[in-house]
Amino acid sequence: MLSIVLNGSCCRCADQATVADLIRELALEGERVAVERNGEIVPRSRHGETRLADGDRIEVVRAVGGG
Amino acid sequence: MNAPNENLVTHDDLLVISGRAYRSRLLVGTGKYKDFAATRAAIDASGAEIVTVAIRRTNIGQNPNEPSLLDHLPASHFTLLPNTAGCYSADDAVRTLRLARELLDGQTLVKLEVLGDPQTLFPNVRETIHAAETLVKDGFEVMVYTSDDPIIARELEAVGCVAIMPLASLIGSGMGILNPWNLRLIIEQAKVPVLVDAGVGTASDAAVAMELGCAGVLMNTAIALAEHPVLMAGAMKKAVEAGREAYRAGRMPRKLYAAAPSSPTSGLIA
Repeated sequence: MLSIVLNGSCCRCADQATVADLIRELALEGERVAVERNGEIVPRSRHGETRLADGDRIEVVRAVGGG
Repeated sequence: MNAPNENLVTHDDLLVISGRAYRSRLLVGTGKYKDFAATRAAIDASGAEIVTVAIRRTNIGQNPNEPSLLDHLPASHFTLLPNTAGCYSADDAVRTLRLARELLDGQTLVKLEVLGDPQTLFPNVRETIHAAETLVKDGFEVMVYTSDDPIIARELEAVGCVAIMPLASLIGSGMGILNPWNLRLIIEQAKVPVLVDAGVGTASDAAVAMELGCAGVLMNTAIALAEHPVLMAGAMKKAVEAGREAYRAGRMPRKLYAAAPSSPTSGLIA
């Protein structure tokens, strides 16, 4: 298992898991979200090929109401 | 006497930001409403085409079928303007807007806002300029929230911001336009649109901003926290339009007294 920090909280995911796997596990598939991995954007087109690594800091964000 | 200028009355008076034209000069935020339906109803009443949204972490482990703001504000109908409200450093603001660009399929028009104080929400202009430089180099079209300091406004324009958006008064305060003179200085020198952002409390504030020559007004709380947001949204739409027309019409000069009545002085019966 990998240990990552997801939106500021510790989280475990399977070895070899990709960003796409993570999105699926979070039930966010098909939702409008954007992903950052260790401070770098992971474009949607690369979610499937981007593997997570131990210690990764992942941010998953969406649009909400704001001024 | 000049002949009536039909052209002035009928011609499309569009707001142009970074080469794109908009009919509405009222931009609205989407925060502080009780639900998405209320948000949408108020925005429809405001006639706004550009609406701001915030970028936040998804709630991990919560209801995945939770409705999404973007379902209610389709990008086909509105220009969604991601903002960096809540960011206190240039780095956080830049990261947030890079995420926003990814989220909104490469959209580069953004609102930059870097705060300096959690109580007053006053902008940190040093961090704002720093972030603006980075974002412009990275290909963003930056509409920037700032103080009403004309020198800072000039620097932000020199950096390449596409719109300068000084506060009228503090965010969420509803105190109206506290320093019209500074706003006039900013408007006079700017080659890009100047929009009042923050501090508008009611319709007359929006009208005054437009009469000063602002290209537009951005507001959230004044509509969202009105007792009847839809009614206030309509009032703001009219105020922005009325203020704009008054500005274009050119007001009469102010005089302490005129000694020039509006009615003829001859032909009086006594």
